[in-house]
Formats: sequence, C-alpha cells, structure tokens
Amino acid sequence: MNQMLFRFAEEAPEFSTGGAMQEWAWLILVVPFVAVAGIVFFGKRMKYQGAELAVGMMAFVFVYGLILWIQTMTDHVVYQNSIVIARVSDTLVFEWGWVVDGLSSMMYFLVGTVGLLVFIYAVGYMRGDVRYTWFFASFSLFAGAMLVLVAAPNLAQLIVGWELVGVASYLLISHYWEEKENSSAGMKAFFTNKVADVGLIIGAIALSGAVGSFRIDDILDAATHGDGSMNAPLFGSTVAIAGALLLFFGAMGKSAQFPLHIWLPDAMAGPTPVSALMHAATMVTAGIYLMARMFPLYQTMAQDARPWMIGIGAATLALTGLLALVQDDIKKVLAYSTVSQLGYMMTAVAAGGYTAGLFHLFTHGFFKALLFLGAGSVIHSVHSNNMSDMGGLRKSMPVTFWTFVIGSGALAGIFPLSGFFSKDEILATFSHEGYALVLSIGIAGAFVTAFYMTRTVALTFFGTYKGEGHPHESERLMTVPLIVLAVLAAVAGFVNWPGVFTGFTEWVGTVAFAPLGDYHPESLDLALAATGMGAALLGIAAGWLLYGKDKDTQQARDRFWIPGLYHAFEAKYWLDDVALGLVGVVKGPLARFVDWTNTNLIDAVVNAVGISTRWLGQLVYGAFDQGGIDHAIDAAAAGTGAAGGALQKLQTGRIQQYAGAFVVGAVVLVVGFVIFTN
Amino acid sequence: MTLAPILVLAAALFSMGIYGLLARRNAVMVLLAVELMLNAVNINLVAFEAAIRDSLATGQIFAIFVITVAAAEVGIGLAIVLMIFRNRHSANLDDFATMSG
Repeated sequence: MNQMLFRFAEEAPEFSTGGAMQEWAWLILVVPFVAVAGIVFFGKRMKYQGAELAVGMMAFVFVYGLILWIQTMTDHVVYQNSIVIARVSDTLVFEWGWVVDGLSSMMYFLVGTVGLLVFIYAVGYMRGDVRYTWFFASFSLFAGAMLVLVAAPNLAQLIVGWELVGVASYLLISHYWEEKENSSAGMKAFFTNKVADVGLIIGAIALSGAVGSFRIDDILDAATHGDGSMNAPLFGSTVAIAGALLLFFGAMGKSAQFPLHIWLPDAMAGPTPVSALMHAATMVTAGIYLMARMFPLYQTMAQDARPWMIGIGAATLALTGLLALVQDDIKKVLAYSTVSQLGYMMTAVAAGGYTAGLFHLFTHGFFKALLFLGAGSVIHSVHSNNMSDMGGLRKSMPVTFWTFVIGSGALAGIFPLSGFFSKDEILATFSHEGYALVLSIGIAGAFVTAFYMTRTVALTFFGTYKGEGHPHESERLMTVPLIVLAVLAAVAGFVNWPGVFTGFTEWVGTVAFAPLGDYHPESLDLALAATGMGAALLGIAAGWLLYGKDKDTQQARDRFWIPGLYHAFEAKYWLDDVALGLVGVVKGPLARFVDWTNTNLIDAVVNAVGISTRWLGQLVYGAFDQGGIDHAIDAAAAGTGAAGGALQKLQTGRIQQYAGAFVVGAVVLVVGFVIFTN
Repeated sequence: MTLAPILVLAAALFSMGIYGLLARRNAVMVLLAVELMLNAVNINLVAFEAAIRDSLATGQIFAIFVITVAAAEVGIGLAIVLMIFRNRHSANLDDFATMSG
C-alpha cells in the first residue's frame, strides 16, 4: 500500500519531491465530498442551510491550492502518490492517487479561486431558492469532482472524476426542473457528454491496455520512448493515434468542441453561478486539461492526430463565435463565446502551444467567471435573460457595469488586460508553427469576439431601459466577488509577459514529462500583437457603430468609450460636422464629395461588414446548429423512443406467458445441446 | 437397481409441473405446480447420487437445500397470494396483468 512513486524525465531532473503539504494534498479530494455529505444530511438544520459548509470547503481548497501553487513556483515540486484499490494483473492496477505538479497545482488554484468567489456570490444569488441546500450540495460535488479529475495520476481515476463532473452538471443544469425545458437541457448536456465519454473510455482502455498500465506517467513514458519499447510491446503508433484521437473525442464533449458543443448553450438553463463555474474552472476546462496532461503523447507517437484536432478546434473557433452575434439571451452570448475561446485553447494545445493553451485557460477562467457573474447580477435585477429587456443599466448598476466592461475588454484581448497576453501567445504559437490559415482564423476570431462583446455591453448597459420595474445594484455579497474577479481578470496576464516575466511558462512546465516541443515566445512579437489588438479594436468599433446608436445617452458614452478611437471610427458624426462646416463655408463640390463618401461609402462598408457578419452567424446558427446537428440528435432520440415502443408490446404483464417463453427457451437449449453434442 | 424408471417418474412429475405452471389460472395451483417441479428435481438428485455411490452424499444434501429453499419460496409465495386475494378478491393470475407495458 501507499507506495511512493516519483518519475522524472531525463530532461528535467531538478524537480524537488515536495514535503508534508504534498503528502496531505489528498485532503483536497476528500474535503469536498465530506462537505457534500454534511450538506445533504445536516444542511437544512444549519444556520445558513448548508451554504457555510460549501463556502468553507471552497475556502479550504483555495488556501490549500494557493499554498501548493506557491510551492510549485518556488521549489518546482513534482509529487505523485497512489493507493492501490484493486489489481487486474501484475501491472494493470486500479489506483487512487493525487498529483501535485505545476499543471495540477495551477488547476487547484484556479478551481479554488474562481470556486470560492462563485460560491460566495451564489449565497446571495440563490437566496430564497426552493432547493437552496440541495443546490449547494450538488455545487460542492461539482467542484469536488473536478478536483478528483485534476488530481488523477491514472486514466481510471480521471474517468471517475470526469463522470462525476457530468453527473453534477446534470443535477445543476436541471436545477429548476419544474420547467420541462430545463430538465431537457440537463439531459441534453448529460447525453452529449456521454457520447463523447464513450470515446474517452475506449481510448483510455486502448492506451492503458497496450501500455499495460493505467498510469498517465507510464503511458507518456512509452509514448516518448517510441515504438516497440521493451515493456510495452503492444503499444504501436496505430494504437497511440487511435487512443489519442479517442481521448480527444472525449475532450470534445466536455470542452464543447464543434459539433459536440450543442449542449453548452442549452446548459444556460441552470442558475447563473453554475454557468460561471462550469465555463470558468470546472467542466469545460476538463477537456483542455486532459489534452495538456497527455501533451507529450500528441507530440511524439500520436503526431498524426494533431491535424484533426487543429481542424476541429479551428472550426469551433470560427463557427461558434459567429453564433454569439445573433443571440438575444445574454448568457447565450457568453456561452457561445466560451465555446469559441475553447476552440482557441484546443487549437493552441493541438498546434504545440502547451503553455499558450493553458495560459488562455487560466486567464479565461477569471474573465469568463466575471462576465457570467456580471450577467447574473443583471439578470437578478432585471428578472430577464434577454438583452431586449435591458439597456441603460450602467447608471443603476455601476459596479456590475464596470466589472463587466473589464471582463469584456479582457475577453476581447485589449492591452493590458489578461486576455491580450494569452490570446497573443496563442497567435504567436500559430505563427511560429506555420499554421497561416489558423492564424488568420484566430485574428478574425479576435475581431468577432470584440464585436459581440461590444454589442452585449451596448445593448445591456447603454441606451434606454426597456424592461419592467426599477433595476438596482446587487448586494455586497455579489458585487465583492465581481470586483475581486475584475482585478484578477485585469492582472492575470502579467504572469506570462514574454520578455518581461514568464513565470507561468515555468510553472506549468513543472511536470514529470516535460512538454516536448512546446513553443513559448522569447519576446512580444509587436507586429502580431498589434494585428491581434487591431482586430479587436476594429471589432469594438464595428460593434459600436451598429449597436451603440442610442441618442439620449450619447454624451455619457462619449465620456467613457476610448474617446480618440471612438471618434475616429464613429466617422459619421465627426465627418458630418466637418461636412456641414465645409458646406456652410464653401458650399463646394468638396463638401458634397465628403458627404457622399460619408453616407454612401463608409456607412455602406461598415453596414455591409456588420450585416454580412450577422447574416453569416444567422446562417450557421440556423442551418448548422439548429437545422443539422439538433435534428440529427432529435432523430436519434426519436428512433430510440420508437424502438422502445415496439419492444413495450412484449411486456404483457401476464406471468404465465413469461413462464411459457422460459419453458420454450429451455426446451430449445436442451434440444440444441442434444443435437450438437452428438 | 436401474436408473431409468426413476428418471421416467421424475420426468413425468416435471412435465406435470410444467403443465400446471402454464395451464392453471389459480395462483395457489401454480405454486403447487412449481413445488412439483422442484420435487422432480429432488428425485433426480437422489437417484443419481445413489447410482454413482457418491461418498459425500452430495445429491441428498443438495436435495435438502432444495427442500429448504422450496419451503421458503412457498411461504413467501402464499403470503403474496394471500395479500393479493385480500385486496382484489381473486386468485386468478389473469387478473393481475397490471405490469403490462
């Protein structure tokens, strides 16, 4: 029992093996489940109905995760420990264990930080809910399941955590199950994930069976030492590629890659804190985490799997970002945005950007949680998810507004907010690895991202209020997490500023098998950074021109919105003034020319870009997402239902008919036995 | 002693049991038919045990097990039939097709 195992790649012998904090890190896996049990059995009798247990648990995870991450930073700890549960054969052993290295510490920290803030927020947001206690029980289970997944040193435990995440997400998405839509959304999420999980499980069996061990270390060891290794004769490149692609298929489900992303927008049926946690730290990051954990496999034996992954990641990036343009539901905009950002991460990891993908996961965790909690704060106050019921909220909800703007800026990739650094690192990876098409898609994606976030901010916080009642700022319990997340979303990018400070690269590189061939830029590629940022700014300008025209709040908007650039792009008013002045002074053809240029050319171009982008989004949403994929899923479900109906007729309820069938079966067996044995 | 007549007797008992199980409509009679089949099996067990002269007497021990299980089964079965009869005033199996899909 309790054997210690430290394995290091030859390239990185300088890691330390950790101390008591690492040995006791199993507490991170156990405490959440103790909290779940405590909430389920005693929650209703507690003063805060179990919420204090959940928040306390997350606070523990946060503190422990922070300590572990700091130790990773300072001592470069790689620690792994496993307890044997059952032996299948001499080498194939079911184990339960925990890994404390750079990658998992980063995830502990991310889950702990975002989780703690979201849990505190949920105490305010869910107040008065019918199943308040039950919500916190499932919510704690959700976080605990993710920690089990992240800590897994072997694929078997990873699958256990993976499935627990699925179960918890089902419980949480269909939290308001009184309405059919919500419970259907939960089932859709569960089933879509289940389809992908089949891939994960078969892939895990294939890899583990061929290598003869469930341990991720052993699989990576065999992969990095190539074909025909002595201890894994079955492990060839065919098995490696098939297994790698099947694992990727599993990741496609959890990380919502096209075309398995369909569950994620529907998952918005759950309470907003669930969406925030799901999109930031726990569920959708699982697939990216798995790809990062198995990174050396994809860089060595399963290299041929990478083009597929890049293709699917880039398709996700391009297609789902456009969908966000036509949504009215503020949470759906953010959901499609998440899918698109996951496309960035997946493509980056597949293209060889281990650090880039994880860095984007890290920063995205903060700003997407912030955006969701901000959206939740708005929804809480307006009592509607639709942006057509919002507008003009910046005055009544200043904290939500400013934090939301910071989050949008980070998502759009505006310097010096965190999204800029992570997106730039991804683009630099595409550029360095020579994926020109993917690079251009990435830059176009930056444009689209900025465009729809501007639209969201404009429709929600600017113009006139179109809903009912009087919106008001949310309580402190909800605004304080927003402020903390806004600070994190603003500064998280500084941990990996190429050429200035690249600690993050070093930290996530502190793993037993060094991420071979991972690209990290030495310094900021200014041309590329300017291109990415330019695309984002162009997107903001275009979005503003199309959606920001609400005269009565013009002045306030002028004061706020990046004045120089705003004026330059808001060419209509600026050129109008010049043209009118010229007309007043010279009344010449120049004035008419300027006026004509203004009304016919510039507006036409801006409108054409906007309308065609919108049209493309609508087309993709209608034809692909709603028409193609959803119908295929519906048809599969209807087929299953029909088969069930047909088989139902056999179920007569008459016990003697069953007995008759039994006797006939027995007679057939006996007769068959007699015939075939003689 | 020849084995054949005893096996014929057991087979006949077993067939009667199957007939009762399938053809009777009264739940008590069906239970009785099941008992008949179990006892046919018991006869076979004891007969084969005697024929091969098993020093461990496996067949007899097994037959005792079967009798014990049969007693338990008939106890539970009769209790169920009794409860159904009290609630529905019928012991006819055709009236109980409530599990029909």
